[in-house]
Amino acid sequence: MIKDSTIKKLEILAESAKYDVSCASSGTTRKNQQGGIGSAHGWGICHTFTADGRCVSLLKIMLTNFCLYDCAYCINRRSNDIRRAAFSPKELAELTIEFYRRNYIEGLFLSSGIIKNADHTMERMLRVIKDLRTVHNFNGYIHMKAIPGASRELVYQAGLYADRLSVNLEIPTEDNLKRLAPEKDHQSIFLPMRHIQQHLLENKEERSKFRHAPKFSAAGQSTQLIVGATDETDQQILQLTAKLYKRPSMKRVYYSGFIPVNGYDKRLPVVKDVPRIRENRLYQADWLLRFYKFDVNEIVNDQHQTLDLDMDPKLSWAIRNPHYFPIDINRASYAQILRVPGIGVRSAKLIVSARQHGRLNLAALKRIGVVLKRAQFFIICHEMQSFKLQNSSPEYIRLSLKEPSLPIMAVPQQLSIGLE
Amino acid sequence: MIVFRYDDTFEGVLSAVFDAFNLKKWPQHILTSSDILPLFCTEEFYVQTTDEKFNRVSQAMTKRLPSIALNQISYVWFSQQPERAILIFNYLVKVFKVKHDISHNFADPDILAIRNLAKKVAHERHYLMMFVRFNAINNQGEKIYFASVEPRYNILPFVLDFFKDRFADQKWVLFDSVRQYGYFYDLKHVQIIHLDEHDDFMINGQINDNYLNEDERRFQKMWHRYCQATTIKERVNPKLQKKSMPVRFWKNLPETWHEDP
Repeated sequence: MIKDSTIKKLEILAESAKYDVSCASSGTTRKNQQGGIGSAHGWGICHTFTADGRCVSLLKIMLTNFCLYDCAYCINRRSNDIRRAAFSPKELAELTIEFYRRNYIEGLFLSSGIIKNADHTMERMLRVIKDLRTVHNFNGYIHMKAIPGASRELVYQAGLYADRLSVNLEIPTEDNLKRLAPEKDHQSIFLPMRHIQQHLLENKEERSKFRHAPKFSAAGQSTQLIVGATDETDQQILQLTAKLYKRPSMKRVYYSGFIPVNGYDKRLPVVKDVPRIRENRLYQADWLLRFYKFDVNEIVNDQHQTLDLDMDPKLSWAIRNPHYFPIDINRASYAQILRVPGIGVRSAKLIVSARQHGRLNLAALKRIGVVLKRAQFFIICHEMQSFKLQNSSPEYIRLSLKEPSLPIMAVPQQLSIGLE
Repeated sequence: MIVFRYDDTFEGVLSAVFDAFNLKKWPQHILTSSDILPLFCTEEFYVQTTDEKFNRVSQAMTKRLPSIALNQISYVWFSQQPERAILIFNYLVKVFKVKHDISHNFADPDILAIRNLAKKVAHERHYLMMFVRFNAINNQGEKIYFASVEPRYNILPFVLDFFKDRFADQKWVLFDSVRQYGYFYDLKHVQIIHLDEHDDFMINGQINDNYLNEDERRFQKMWHRYCQATTIKERVNPKLQKKSMPVRFWKNLPETWHEDP
């Protein structure tokens, strides 16, 4: 029988965990083993969507929201007067299984406030995921937050049971982080990040020699940045992102539009709305880095330090670089076609395979799913009269393609690109 | 205009392809026996389904098409859409008329049509992985996890392996309330089941409370509360929510039930 106290705890600790944006369950595929429960699917599966439109794939929860630290941007900071609760490791593991059996979730996303010290907290978290894997025979997805400052050995242990480990950077520059979170510094965050990477690479080598060596954090690591709490430009943020993606283990960088949860703190800016459009543009730019092979300096540089809020970064790049165009749909390489605004990964692939059978005209492009409204300015193809960009000024294109002011919210989406 | 009539089976469609090549006649419609004949029809031809025709065409099909295309065809068939027969027919005729593989020529309307309908069915299948909710029920002292679903297409057969692998250590039932059949997994095999018509087990597509496990409502409540608690009030956007999670599924999703059960 479930106790009322468990329901209360669940509510409090879910509330405390909700500002963490990461919720993906992608990156590992695991079949059910030894008749246990659960499996993991490479592309991840969302199970529900909350009223704010965000996908829920994992039971995103804190082990406890008691915390020693006093970070200005965090709802769970020591000096806040909020309801506090703590799960016992056993209780949380059982709850996860019950939710999983009903197909509510893909697995667990476990974070925690810091109690006593980093290692003590890590140990308790570790007990939850160890219980899930060994006692409950659970093969579903587990994402665990590594606590800044945790020891190398504990990070290693955690990686043996979790599919993904992450450490949140939160504030992009060291100075601002020190100002808002006096107990943290970049060293305490980058060190566990580096540990995760080293273990991952060592593990890869080990697995190439011993096939049965256990996998270490197979889905790599991720991190999160808060956008709008401090004065960093998009250029600074994306430069940092690009640098992080150069590391072989970094799979995702999430951006979380600043929500003033502690309005009284004088170190934080006064804002009225969550910077949704900026957040959305950052995700789009992130997409360009990961899937469209853009270099970060093409998107933001000293001349263009902030992303254009009126149009997506790909279109904005194309308008700034007319000399790349026109692109001939029937001749250009996949990489070139991918750079056309209005053509995504899926359409680009379809174009490349379809044109082997005959020349493509506008009608065919439309059928394939190209957004001609944007693409028409940048391409030439069969039966197309002339290249439009030559006859139109950048201002004209900019005006005619300006998006309506209502923003589409950025959702940290599950990856599902090009799947049949 | 020529119209073919067939027996509403997949074997029938493939037999139609065989007959068409034999007669060198290309119909505009392929209808079942109950479909109404369109205007201006000059000729009607009744397709005889035989194993021999079916085997010939299906062998040719598996030889000529990559597995992705074969999967698309089976998705299209299970879509149960009225146009499925003519779509598959046109597609196969096109494939057999040329020597090279054209299954990637998405500039061609017939090939794109197959791909697009298959994609819709595949999408519905994915929805089923997302929005199935199991309820623990008591069945003569046995704990069984029961889920009722109402998918647009007949896709239960396509998710069985997924659920069988995932929930290997619990007994479960996946029931299609629209088509009134389901599958039961008994820890070893999956078998097809029907519910007794006079059974009071399901009322309006919902499981009768009397059959639910004592804790079940509390777990639904917890899930509901959890989803409420993780919502960020400053960012509420119901339109986006409905786009990602169509309302037609909400009936079976405890997190969307506004009154706490």
